[in-house]
Amino acid sequence: LTEKSNLAGVRHILLVLSGKGGVGKSTISTELALSLRHSGKKVGILDVDLSGPSIPCMFRVQDNDVHQCDSGWVPVFVDQDKSISLMSIGFLLEKPDDAVVWRGPKKNALIKQFVADVAWGDLDFLIVDTPPGTSDEHISTVEALRPYKPLGAILVTTPQAVSVGDVRRELTFCKKTGLRVLGIVENMSGFVCPHCSECTNIFSKGGGEELAKHAGVPFLGCVPLDPQLSQSLEEGRDFIQEFPKSSAFPALTHIAQQILDGTSQRSS
Amino acid sequence: QGCPNQRLCAGGAAAATDPGEAAELRERLRAVKHTVLVLSGKGGVGKSTFSAILAHGLAADEAKQVALLDIDICGPSIPKMMGLEGEQVHQSGSGWSPVYVEENLGVMSVGFLLSSPDDAVIWRGPKKNGLIKQFLRDVDWGEIDYLIVDTPPGTSDEHLSIVQYLSAAHIDGAVIITTPQEVSLQDVRKEINFCHKVKLPVIGVVENMSGFICPKCKNESQIFPPTTGGAEKMCQNLNVSLLGKVPLDPQIGKSCDKGQSFLSEAPESPATLSYRNIIQRIQEYCDQHHFQEEKII
Repeated sequence: LTEKSNLAGVRHILLVLSGKGGVGKSTISTELALSLRHSGKKVGILDVDLSGPSIPCMFRVQDNDVHQCDSGWVPVFVDQDKSISLMSIGFLLEKPDDAVVWRGPKKNALIKQFVADVAWGDLDFLIVDTPPGTSDEHISTVEALRPYKPLGAILVTTPQAVSVGDVRRELTFCKKTGLRVLGIVENMSGFVCPHCSECTNIFSKGGGEELAKHAGVPFLGCVPLDPQLSQSLEEGRDFIQEFPKSSAFPALTHIAQQILDGTSQRSS
Repeated sequence: QGCPNQRLCAGGAAAATDPGEAAELRERLRAVKHTVLVLSGKGGVGKSTFSAILAHGLAADEAKQVALLDIDICGPSIPKMMGLEGEQVHQSGSGWSPVYVEENLGVMSVGFLLSSPDDAVIWRGPKKNGLIKQFLRDVDWGEIDYLIVDTPPGTSDEHLSIVQYLSAAHIDGAVIITTPQEVSLQDVRKEINFCHKVKLPVIGVVENMSGFICPKCKNESQIFPPTTGGAEKMCQNLNVSLLGKVPLDPQIGKSCDKGQSFLSEAPESPATLSYRNIIQRIQEYCDQHHFQEEKII
Protein backbone atom coordinates (compact mmCIF):
# COMPACT_ATOMS: atom_id res chain seq x y z
CA LEU A 1 0.00 0.00 0.00
CA THR A 2 1.52 3.31 -0.97
CA GLU A 3 0.57 6.25 1.19
CA LYS A 4 -0.77 9.25 -0.64
CA SER A 5 1.94 11.88 -0.54
CA ASN A 6 1.24 15.03 1.44
CA LEU A 7 2.06 17.05 -1.65
CA ALA A 8 -0.35 15.15 -3.93
CA GLY A 9 -3.00 17.87 -3.60
CA VAL A 10 -0.62 20.73 -4.35
CA ARG A 11 -0.99 21.99 -7.92
CA HIS A 12 2.04 24.27 -8.22
CA ILE A 13 5.20 24.56 -6.15
CA LEU A 14 7.40 27.58 -6.46
CA LEU A 15 10.54 28.59 -4.61
CA VAL A 16 11.58 32.12 -3.67
CA LEU A 17 15.36 32.40 -3.75
CA SER A 18 18.19 34.89 -3.64
CA GLY A 19 21.88 34.56 -3.18
CA LYS A 20 21.67 37.66 -1.00
CA GLY A 21 20.20 38.15 2.43
CA GLY A 22 17.72 40.84 3.34
CA VAL A 23 16.48 41.58 -0.18
CA GLY A 24 12.87 40.70 0.56
CA LYS A 25 12.39 36.98 -0.08
CA SER A 26 10.01 36.54 2.85
CA THR A 27 8.29 39.83 2.00
CA ILE A 28 7.73 38.76 -1.62
CA SER A 29 6.62 35.27 -0.50
CA THR A 30 4.09 36.83 1.88
CA GLU A 31 2.73 39.41 -0.58
CA LEU A 32 2.58 36.86 -3.38
CA ALA A 33 0.53 34.56 -1.13
CA LEU A 34 -1.82 37.42 -0.20
CA SER A 35 -2.23 38.47 -3.85
CA LEU A 36 -2.91 34.93 -4.99
CA ARG A 37 -5.45 34.56 -2.21
CA HIS A 38 -7.20 37.67 -3.46
CA SER A 39 -7.45 35.98 -6.84
CA GLY A 40 -9.30 33.17 -5.15
CA LYS A 41 -6.44 30.73 -4.78
CA LYS A 42 -5.56 28.48 -1.83
CA VAL A 43 -1.93 29.02 -0.88
CA GLY A 44 0.58 27.45 1.47
CA ILE A 45 3.96 28.86 2.52
CA LEU A 46 6.75 26.54 3.59
CA ASP A 47 9.45 28.53 5.39
CA VAL A 48 12.73 26.63 5.26
CA ASP A 49 14.81 29.41 6.82
CA LEU A 50 15.74 27.61 10.01
CA SER A 51 18.03 30.30 11.47
CA GLY A 52 15.83 33.29 10.77
CA PRO A 53 12.19 32.20 10.23
CA SER A 54 10.33 35.40 9.35
CA ILE A 55 7.07 34.07 7.91
CA PRO A 56 4.99 33.46 11.09
CA CYS A 57 5.41 37.08 12.27
CA MET A 58 4.49 38.45 8.85
CA PHE A 59 1.06 36.89 9.37
CA ARG A 60 0.92 37.59 13.09
CA VAL A 61 0.59 33.91 13.99
CA GLN A 62 3.96 33.47 15.66
CA ASP A 63 2.41 32.27 18.91
CA ASN A 64 0.51 29.44 17.24
CA ASP A 65 1.38 25.81 17.83
CA VAL A 66 1.65 23.03 15.33
CA HIS A 67 -0.58 20.00 15.81
CA GLN A 68 -0.25 16.48 14.52
CA CYS A 69 -2.76 14.49 12.54
CA ASP A 70 -2.64 11.01 10.97
CA SER A 71 -0.81 12.18 7.88
CA GLY A 72 1.68 14.38 9.71
CA TRP A 73 1.84 18.01 10.84
CA VAL A 74 -1.13 20.27 10.41
CA PRO A 75 -0.04 23.59 8.91
CA VAL A 76 -1.02 26.77 10.72
CA PHE A 77 -3.94 28.61 9.12
CA VAL A 78 -3.66 32.36 8.98
CA ASP A 79 -7.39 32.92 9.59
CA GLN A 80 -10.85 31.31 9.68
CA ASP A 81 -10.90 31.39 5.90
CA LYS A 82 -8.18 28.73 5.78
CA SER A 83 -7.06 30.05 2.42
CA ILE A 84 -3.45 30.57 3.54
CA SER A 85 -1.57 27.97 5.57
CA LEU A 86 2.01 28.08 6.86
CA MET A 87 4.76 25.84 8.15
CA SER A 88 7.93 27.18 9.75
CA ILE A 89 10.43 26.24 12.42
CA GLY A 90 9.19 29.43 14.09
CA PHE A 91 6.16 27.45 15.30
CA LEU A 92 8.30 24.72 16.80
CA LEU A 93 10.49 26.89 19.01
CA GLU A 94 9.68 26.97 22.70
CA LYS A 95 10.99 30.49 23.07
CA PRO A 96 11.07 32.87 20.09
CA ASP A 97 14.55 34.13 21.02
CA ASP A 98 16.01 30.63 21.05
CA ALA A 99 18.78 30.39 18.50
CA VAL A 100 18.62 27.34 16.26
CA VAL A 101 22.32 26.58 16.14
CA TRP A 102 22.38 23.52 13.95
CA ARG A 103 24.94 22.27 11.53
CA GLY A 104 23.96 21.12 8.07
CA PRO A 105 22.95 17.49 8.67
CA LYS A 106 20.39 18.36 11.34
CA LYS A 107 18.96 21.13 9.17
CA ASN A 108 18.69 18.71 6.26
CA ALA A 109 16.75 16.23 8.35
CA LEU A 110 14.15 18.82 9.34
CA ILE A 111 13.79 20.11 5.79
CA LYS A 112 13.09 16.58 4.56
CA GLN A 113 10.37 16.34 7.21
CA PHE A 114 8.94 19.71 6.27
CA VAL A 115 8.67 18.65 2.66
CA ALA A 116 7.20 15.19 3.30
CA ASP A 117 5.29 15.41 6.56
CA VAL A 118 3.10 18.52 6.41
CA ALA A 119 -0.53 17.68 5.63
CA TRP A 120 -1.15 20.57 3.21
CA GLY A 121 -4.33 19.13 1.71
CA ASP A 122 -5.44 20.76 -1.54
CA LEU A 123 -3.49 23.87 -2.51
CA ASP A 124 -3.29 25.84 -5.73
CA PHE A 125 0.19 27.11 -4.81
CA LEU A 126 2.87 26.11 -2.33
CA ILE A 127 5.44 28.89 -1.97
CA VAL A 128 8.77 27.82 -0.48
CA ASP A 129 10.57 30.69 1.23
CA THR A 130 14.31 30.08 1.61
CA PRO A 131 17.24 31.58 3.54
CA PRO A 132 19.99 33.39 1.62
CA GLY A 133 22.80 31.40 0.06
CA THR A 134 23.44 28.21 -1.87
CA SER A 135 24.04 25.66 0.85
CA ASP A 136 22.49 22.86 2.88
CA GLU A 137 18.94 24.21 3.00
CA HIS A 138 18.85 24.90 -0.72
CA ILE A 139 20.42 21.64 -1.80
CA SER A 140 18.15 19.63 0.50
CA THR A 141 14.99 21.51 -0.42
CA VAL A 142 15.52 21.15 -4.15
CA GLU A 143 16.41 17.46 -3.77
CA ALA A 144 13.36 16.75 -1.63
CA LEU A 145 11.02 18.66 -3.97
CA ARG A 146 12.38 17.20 -7.19
CA PRO A 147 9.91 14.27 -7.40
CA TYR A 148 7.04 16.80 -7.21
CA LYS A 149 8.27 18.79 -10.20
CA PRO A 150 8.28 22.37 -8.89
CA LEU A 151 7.09 25.09 -11.28
CA GLY A 152 10.33 26.97 -10.75
CA ALA A 153 11.92 29.76 -8.78
CA ILE A 154 11.46 33.48 -8.37
CA LEU A 155 14.76 35.22 -7.66
CA VAL A 156 14.70 38.39 -5.59
CA THR A 157 17.41 41.03 -5.67
CA THR A 158 17.86 44.65 -4.72
CA PRO A 159 19.15 46.95 -7.44
CA GLN A 160 22.76 47.41 -6.36
CA ALA A 161 25.73 45.52 -7.75
CA VAL A 162 26.62 43.87 -4.45
CA SER A 163 23.23 42.10 -4.40
CA VAL A 164 23.17 41.30 -8.07
CA GLY A 165 26.61 39.72 -7.62
CA ASP A 166 25.16 37.15 -5.23
CA VAL A 167 22.04 36.58 -7.28
CA ARG A 168 24.14 35.68 -10.32
CA ARG A 169 25.47 32.79 -8.26
CA GLU A 170 21.94 31.78 -7.38
CA LEU A 171 21.13 31.67 -11.09
CA THR A 172 24.04 29.25 -11.48
CA PHE A 173 22.59 27.18 -8.64
CA CYS A 174 19.26 27.01 -10.48
CA LYS A 175 20.98 25.97 -13.70
CA LYS A 176 23.02 23.28 -11.96
CA THR A 177 20.03 21.85 -10.10
CA GLY A 178 17.67 22.01 -13.09
CA LEU A 179 15.34 24.51 -11.43
CA ARG A 180 13.49 26.73 -13.93
CA VAL A 181 13.78 30.47 -13.25
CA LEU A 182 10.31 32.01 -13.45
CA GLY A 183 11.79 35.47 -13.23
CA ILE A 184 13.68 38.11 -11.28
CA VAL A 185 12.15 40.72 -8.97
CA GLU A 186 14.04 43.95 -8.31
CA ASN A 187 12.96 44.89 -4.78
CA MET A 188 13.63 48.10 -2.80
CA SER A 189 13.85 49.80 -6.18
CA GLY A 190 13.59 53.48 -5.44
CA PHE A 191 11.91 55.42 -2.66
CA VAL A 192 9.29 58.09 -3.24
CA CYS A 193 9.26 60.57 -0.38
CA PRO A 194 5.71 60.68 1.02
CA HIS A 195 6.17 64.37 1.86
CA CYS A 196 7.43 65.80 -1.42
CA SER A 197 7.25 62.90 -3.92
CA GLU A 198 10.96 63.13 -4.74
CA CYS A 199 12.28 59.75 -5.80
CA THR A 200 15.64 58.68 -4.35
CA ASN A 201 17.36 55.50 -5.48
CA ILE A 202 18.65 54.57 -2.04
CA PHE A 203 19.92 51.18 -3.15
CA SER A 204 20.65 52.23 -6.72
CA LYS A 205 18.40 51.22 -9.67
CA GLY A 206 18.20 48.84 -12.59
CA GLY A 207 20.54 46.05 -11.48
CA GLY A 208 17.80 43.42 -11.32
CA GLU A 209 16.41 44.30 -14.73
CA GLU A 210 19.88 44.23 -16.28
CA LEU A 211 20.60 40.88 -14.69
CA ALA A 212 17.37 39.41 -16.11
CA LYS A 213 18.32 40.67 -19.57
CA HIS A 214 21.89 39.37 -19.26
CA ALA A 215 20.73 35.97 -18.04
CA GLY A 216 17.86 35.66 -20.50
CA VAL A 217 15.19 35.21 -17.83
CA PRO A 218 11.88 37.07 -17.43
CA PHE A 219 11.90 40.31 -15.46
CA LEU A 220 8.91 40.36 -13.14
CA GLY A 221 9.17 44.03 -12.15
CA CYS A 222 10.52 46.66 -9.76
CA VAL A 223 9.01 46.95 -6.28
CA PRO A 224 9.69 50.32 -4.62
CA LEU A 225 10.56 50.86 -0.94
CA ASP A 226 7.25 51.48 0.80
CA PRO A 227 7.10 52.30 4.52
CA GLN A 228 3.46 51.17 4.56
CA LEU A 229 4.56 47.76 3.31
CA SER A 230 7.23 47.49 6.04
CA GLN A 231 4.69 48.59 8.64
CA SER A 232 2.12 46.08 7.34
CA LEU A 233 4.62 43.23 7.61
CA GLU A 234 5.57 44.29 11.12
CA GLU A 235 1.93 44.16 12.16
CA GLY A 236 1.01 41.00 10.27
CA ARG A 237 -1.61 42.83 8.18
CA ASP A 238 -2.94 42.05 4.73
CA PHE A 239 -1.19 44.77 2.70
CA ILE A 240 -2.91 43.76 -0.52
CA GLN A 241 -6.35 44.12 1.06
CA GLU A 242 -5.70 47.23 3.14
CA PHE A 243 -3.34 49.40 1.09
CA PRO A 244 -4.33 49.21 -2.59
CA LYS A 245 -3.18 52.81 -3.13
CA SER A 246 0.24 52.33 -1.63
CA SER A 247 3.31 52.59 -3.86
CA ALA A 248 4.30 48.92 -3.75
CA PHE A 249 0.79 47.59 -4.52
CA PRO A 250 0.84 47.73 -8.35
CA ALA A 251 4.20 45.97 -8.63
CA LEU A 252 3.30 43.25 -6.14
CA THR A 253 -0.03 42.43 -7.76
CA HIS A 254 1.65 42.48 -11.18
CA ILE A 255 4.10 39.81 -10.01
CA ALA A 256 1.22 37.60 -8.86
CA GLN A 257 -0.61 38.14 -12.14
CA GLN A 258 2.43 37.05 -14.15
CA ILE A 259 2.67 33.88 -12.07
CA LEU A 260 -1.03 33.18 -12.63
CA ASP A 261 -0.72 33.87 -16.35
CA GLY A 262 2.25 31.54 -16.48
CA THR A 263 0.37 28.68 -14.85
CA SER A 264 -2.76 29.09 -16.96
CA GLN A 265 -0.58 29.11 -20.10
CA ARG A 266 1.03 25.91 -18.97
CA SER A 267 -2.33 24.19 -18.31
CA SER A 268 -3.67 25.16 -21.76
CA GLN B 1 20.98 4.70 6.49
CA GLY B 2 23.32 7.40 5.32
CA CYS B 3 26.79 8.23 6.43
CA PRO B 4 27.86 6.44 9.64
CA ASN B 5 29.31 9.74 10.89
CA GLN B 6 26.03 11.57 10.64
CA ARG B 7 25.38 11.67 14.37
CA LEU B 8 28.88 13.00 14.97
CA CYS B 9 28.46 15.67 12.33
CA ALA B 10 25.01 16.70 13.52
CA GLY B 11 26.32 17.11 17.02
CA GLY B 12 29.20 19.26 15.82
CA ALA B 13 31.84 16.91 17.16
CA ALA B 14 33.46 16.43 13.78
CA ALA B 15 34.23 20.11 13.56
CA ALA B 16 35.99 20.19 16.92
CA THR B 17 39.64 20.81 16.33
CA ASP B 18 42.03 18.12 17.46
CA PRO B 19 44.82 19.29 19.81
CA GLY B 20 47.41 19.31 17.00
CA GLU B 21 45.23 21.53 14.83
CA ALA B 22 44.36 23.78 17.75
CA ALA B 23 48.07 24.29 18.41
CA GLU B 24 48.67 25.08 14.74
CA LEU B 25 45.89 27.69 14.71
CA ARG B 26 47.10 29.20 17.97
CA GLU B 27 50.56 29.60 16.46
CA ARG B 28 49.23 31.22 13.30
CA LEU B 29 47.00 33.61 15.22
CA ARG B 30 49.58 34.44 17.87
CA ALA B 31 50.45 37.67 16.13
CA VAL B 32 46.83 38.92 16.04
CA LYS B 33 46.23 41.52 18.76
CA HIS B 34 42.48 42.03 18.45
CA THR B 35 39.73 40.04 16.73
CA VAL B 36 36.25 41.39 16.11
CA LEU B 37 33.44 39.32 14.60
CA VAL B 38 30.70 41.13 12.71
CA LEU B 39 27.46 39.19 13.10
CA SER B 40 23.73 39.41 12.61
CA GLY B 41 20.98 36.87 12.72
CA LYS B 42 19.41 38.73 9.81
CA GLY B 43 20.57 38.98 6.23
CA GLY B 44 20.99 42.23 4.36
CA VAL B 45 21.33 44.54 7.36
CA GLY B 46 24.79 45.76 6.46
CA LYS B 47 27.33 43.38 7.99
CA SER B 48 29.70 43.43 5.03
CA THR B 49 29.15 47.14 4.53
CA PHE B 50 30.02 47.73 8.17
CA SER B 51 33.00 45.35 8.07
CA ALA B 52 34.43 47.17 5.06
CA ILE B 53 33.90 50.58 6.65
CA LEU B 54 35.35 49.39 9.98
CA ALA B 55 38.40 48.05 8.14
CA HIS B 56 38.95 51.35 6.32
CA GLY B 57 38.33 53.30 9.51
CA LEU B 58 40.88 51.34 11.53
CA ALA B 59 43.42 51.33 8.70
CA ALA B 60 43.30 55.13 8.49
CA ASP B 61 45.93 54.95 11.24
CA GLU B 62 48.87 53.88 9.08
CA ALA B 63 50.65 52.52 12.12
CA LYS B 64 47.97 49.84 12.54
CA GLN B 65 47.89 46.62 10.52
CA VAL B 66 44.34 45.56 9.68
CA ALA B 67 43.04 42.29 8.22
CA LEU B 68 39.55 41.66 6.89
CA LEU B 69 38.48 38.02 6.62
CA ASP B 70 35.24 37.26 4.75
CA ILE B 71 33.82 33.88 5.77
CA ASP B 72 30.57 34.24 3.82
CA ILE B 73 31.32 31.33 1.53
CA CYS B 74 28.09 31.42 -0.51
CA GLY B 75 27.73 35.19 -0.84
CA PRO B 76 31.19 36.79 -0.58
CA SER B 77 30.56 40.54 -0.87
CA ILE B 78 33.84 41.85 0.52
CA PRO B 79 36.01 41.71 -2.66
CA LYS B 80 33.58 43.96 -4.53
CA MET B 81 33.15 46.35 -1.59
CA MET B 82 36.90 46.75 -1.22
CA GLY B 83 37.46 47.31 -4.94
CA LEU B 84 39.28 43.99 -5.28
CA GLU B 85 37.02 42.12 -7.70
CA GLY B 86 38.96 39.90 -10.03
CA GLU B 87 41.99 39.67 -7.77
CA GLN B 88 43.48 36.25 -7.18
CA VAL B 89 45.19 34.73 -4.18
CA HIS B 90 48.90 33.96 -4.44
CA GLN B 91 50.73 31.23 -2.61
CA SER B 92 54.17 31.58 -1.12
CA GLY B 93 56.37 29.48 1.12
CA SER B 94 54.70 30.95 4.17
CA GLY B 95 51.15 30.32 2.97
CA TRP B 96 48.41 32.20 1.10
CA SER B 97 48.95 35.92 0.70
CA PRO B 98 46.05 38.18 1.56
CA VAL B 99 45.08 40.68 -1.10
CA TYR B 100 46.11 44.17 -0.04
CA VAL B 101 43.93 47.24 -0.51
CA GLU B 102 46.46 49.44 1.25
CA GLU B 103 49.84 48.50 2.67
CA ASN B 104 48.25 48.09 6.06
CA LEU B 105 44.91 46.56 5.01
CA GLY B 106 44.79 42.96 3.78
CA VAL B 107 41.71 40.99 2.73
CA MET B 108 40.84 37.31 2.29
CA SER B 109 37.62 35.89 0.83
CA VAL B 110 36.43 32.86 -1.10
CA GLY B 111 35.58 35.44 -3.77
CA PHE B 112 39.27 35.54 -4.69
CA LEU B 113 39.26 31.79 -5.32
CA LEU B 114 36.42 31.89 -7.86
CA SER B 115 37.27 32.37 -11.51
CA SER B 116 33.97 33.90 -12.65
CA PRO B 117 31.33 36.13 -11.02
CA ASP B 118 28.76 33.49 -11.96
CA ASP B 119 30.56 30.71 -10.08
CA ALA B 120 28.36 29.43 -7.29
CA VAL B 121 29.78 27.78 -4.20
CA ILE B 122 27.17 25.09 -3.61
CA TRP B 123 28.71 23.41 -0.58
CA ARG B 124 27.27 21.72 2.46
CA GLY B 125 28.46 22.60 5.94
CA PRO B 126 31.54 20.39 6.39
CA LYS B 127 33.19 21.67 3.23
CA LYS B 128 32.54 25.27 4.24
CA ASN B 129 34.11 24.57 7.63
CA GLY B 130 37.18 23.15 5.93
CA LEU B 131 37.73 26.34 3.96
CA ILE B 132 37.25 28.53 7.01
CA LYS B 133 39.89 26.51 8.83
CA GLN B 134 42.23 26.97 5.86
CA PHE B 135 41.65 30.70 5.88
CA LEU B 136 42.81 30.81 9.48
CA ARG B 137 45.62 28.28 9.22
CA ASP B 138 47.09 28.88 5.78
CA VAL B 139 46.86 32.63 5.25
CA ASP B 140 50.06 34.47 6.04
CA TRP B 141 48.54 37.47 7.79
CA GLY B 142 51.72 38.51 9.54
CA GLU B 143 51.44 40.71 12.59
CA ILE B 144 47.98 42.23 12.85
CA ASP B 145 46.50 44.80 15.18
CA TYR B 146 42.90 44.11 14.14
CA LEU B 147 41.38 41.03 12.52
CA ILE B 148 37.82 41.73 11.40
CA VAL B 149 35.74 38.69 10.47
CA ASP B 150 32.70 39.28 8.27
CA THR B 151 30.13 36.49 8.57
CA PRO B 152 27.07 35.32 6.64
CA PRO B 153 23.63 35.72 8.23
CA GLY B 154 22.31 33.06 10.58
CA THR B 155 23.57 30.80 13.33
CA SER B 156 24.99 27.78 11.60
CA ASP B 157 28.13 25.99 10.49
CA GLU B 158 30.18 29.08 9.68
CA HIS B 159 29.41 30.71 13.02
CA LEU B 160 30.02 27.63 15.13
CA SER B 161 33.21 26.91 13.26
CA ILE B 162 34.72 30.39 13.44
CA VAL B 163 34.08 30.58 17.17
CA GLN B 164 35.54 27.11 17.66
CA TYR B 165 38.64 27.72 15.53
CA LEU B 166 39.29 31.18 16.94
CA SER B 167 39.03 29.88 20.50
CA ALA B 168 42.59 28.73 19.86
CA ALA B 169 43.45 32.43 19.73
CA HIS B 170 41.26 35.02 21.38
CA ILE B 171 38.21 36.98 20.25
CA ASP B 172 37.65 40.44 21.75
CA GLY B 173 33.99 40.20 20.92
CA ALA B 174 31.20 40.54 18.41
CA VAL B 175 29.61 43.59 16.86
CA ILE B 176 26.02 42.81 15.98
CA ILE B 177 24.29 44.63 13.13
CA THR B 178 20.56 45.12 12.85
CA THR B 179 17.98 47.32 11.19
CA PRO B 180 15.22 48.94 13.28
CA GLN B 181 12.23 46.76 12.48
CA GLU B 182 11.01 43.81 14.51
CA VAL B 183 11.47 41.33 11.66
CA SER B 184 15.25 41.99 11.98
CA LEU B 185 15.33 42.29 15.75
CA GLN B 186 13.76 38.88 16.22
CA ASP B 187 16.63 37.29 14.33
CA VAL B 188 19.18 39.46 16.12
CA ARG B 189 17.92 38.42 19.55
CA LYS B 190 18.65 34.84 18.49
CA GLU B 191 22.15 35.90 17.47
CA ILE B 192 22.75 37.54 20.84
CA ASN B 193 21.60 34.32 22.49
CA PHE B 194 24.01 32.41 20.28
CA CYS B 195 26.81 34.67 21.53
CA HIS B 196 25.85 33.99 25.14
CA LYS B 197 25.68 30.25 24.43
CA VAL B 198 29.19 30.11 22.99
CA LYS B 199 30.53 32.65 25.52
CA LEU B 200 31.33 35.26 22.91
CA PRO B 201 31.33 38.77 24.43
CA VAL B 202 29.04 41.25 22.69
CA ILE B 203 30.85 44.53 22.13
CA GLY B 204 27.56 46.10 21.11
CA VAL B 205 24.82 46.52 18.52
CA VAL B 206 24.74 48.85 15.51
CA GLU B 207 21.32 49.94 14.21
CA ASN B 208 21.76 50.42 10.50
CA MET B 209 19.29 51.95 7.97
CA SER B 210 17.97 54.02 10.85
CA GLY B 211 15.74 56.54 9.12
CA PHE B 212 16.06 58.37 5.81
CA ILE B 213 16.24 62.10 5.29
CA CYS B 214 14.87 63.16 1.93
CA PRO B 215 17.58 65.17 0.15
CA LYS B 216 14.95 67.50 -1.28
CA CYS B 217 12.55 68.35 1.54
CA LYS B 218 14.68 67.17 4.47
CA ASN B 219 11.77 65.32 6.06
CA GLU B 220 12.58 62.04 7.73
CA SER B 221 10.91 58.76 6.74
CA GLN B 222 11.14 55.55 8.72
CA ILE B 223 11.43 53.16 5.82
CA PHE B 224 12.17 50.29 8.21
CA PRO B 225 10.03 51.36 11.14
CA PRO B 226 11.10 50.59 14.72
CA THR B 227 7.65 49.27 15.61
CA THR B 228 8.90 47.56 18.77
CA GLY B 229 11.33 50.25 19.91
CA GLY B 230 14.18 49.46 17.55
CA ALA B 231 17.65 48.40 18.62
CA GLU B 232 17.55 50.83 21.53
CA LYS B 233 14.75 48.97 23.32
CA MET B 234 16.22 45.57 22.46
CA CYS B 235 19.62 46.57 23.87
CA GLN B 236 17.99 47.80 27.07
CA ASN B 237 16.07 44.54 27.44
CA LEU B 238 19.08 42.34 26.74
CA ASN B 239 21.59 44.48 28.60
CA VAL B 240 23.97 45.02 25.69
CA SER B 241 25.44 48.30 24.44
CA LEU B 242 23.95 50.23 21.56
CA LEU B 243 27.07 51.39 19.73
CA GLY B 244 25.17 53.75 17.46
CA LYS B 245 22.54 54.34 14.79
CA VAL B 246 23.40 54.90 11.14
CA PRO B 247 20.90 56.56 8.77
CA LEU B 248 20.27 55.44 5.19
CA ASP B 249 22.41 57.28 2.65
CA PRO B 250 22.34 56.40 -1.06
CA GLN B 251 26.07 57.12 -1.19
CA ILE B 252 26.77 54.08 1.01
CA GLY B 253 25.42 51.61 -1.54
CA LYS B 254 27.16 53.50 -4.34
CA SER B 255 30.53 53.39 -2.57
CA CYS B 256 30.14 49.67 -1.90
CA ASP B 257 29.26 48.99 -5.51
CA LYS B 258 32.26 50.99 -6.70
CA GLY B 259 34.56 49.41 -4.15
CA GLN B 260 35.46 52.73 -2.56
CA SER B 261 35.70 53.80 1.05
CA PHE B 262 32.43 55.51 2.01
CA LEU B 263 34.19 57.43 4.79
CA SER B 264 36.49 59.02 2.19
CA GLU B 265 33.83 59.50 -0.48
CA ALA B 266 31.28 61.19 1.79
CA PRO B 267 33.12 62.70 4.75
CA GLU B 268 30.28 65.14 5.51
CA SER B 269 27.47 62.59 5.56
CA PRO B 270 25.64 62.11 8.90
CA ALA B 271 26.17 58.38 8.29
CA THR B 272 29.94 58.95 8.24
CA LEU B 273 29.76 60.74 11.57
CA SER B 274 27.82 57.83 13.05
CA TYR B 275 30.22 55.26 11.67
CA ARG B 276 33.24 57.14 13.01
CA ASN B 277 31.74 57.31 16.49
CA ILE B 278 30.97 53.61 16.42
CA ILE B 279 34.48 52.72 15.22
CA GLN B 280 35.95 54.78 18.04
CA ARG B 281 33.85 52.95 20.61
CA ILE B 282 35.01 49.61 19.22
CA GLN B 283 38.64 50.74 19.42
CA GLU B 284 38.14 51.86 23.01
CA TYR B 285 36.58 48.52 23.90
CA CYS B 286 39.51 46.62 22.34
CA ASP B 287 42.08 48.84 24.06
CA GLN B 288 40.43 48.32 27.45
CA HIS B 289 40.46 44.60 26.86
CA HIS B 290 44.14 44.63 25.98
CA PHE B 291 44.88 46.68 29.05
CA GLN B 292 42.99 44.23 31.25
CA GLU B 293 44.82 41.29 29.73
CA GLU B 294 48.15 42.98 30.37
CA LYS B 295 47.14 43.60 33.96
CA ILE B 296 46.46 39.90 34.43
CA ILE B 297 49.85 38.98 33.01
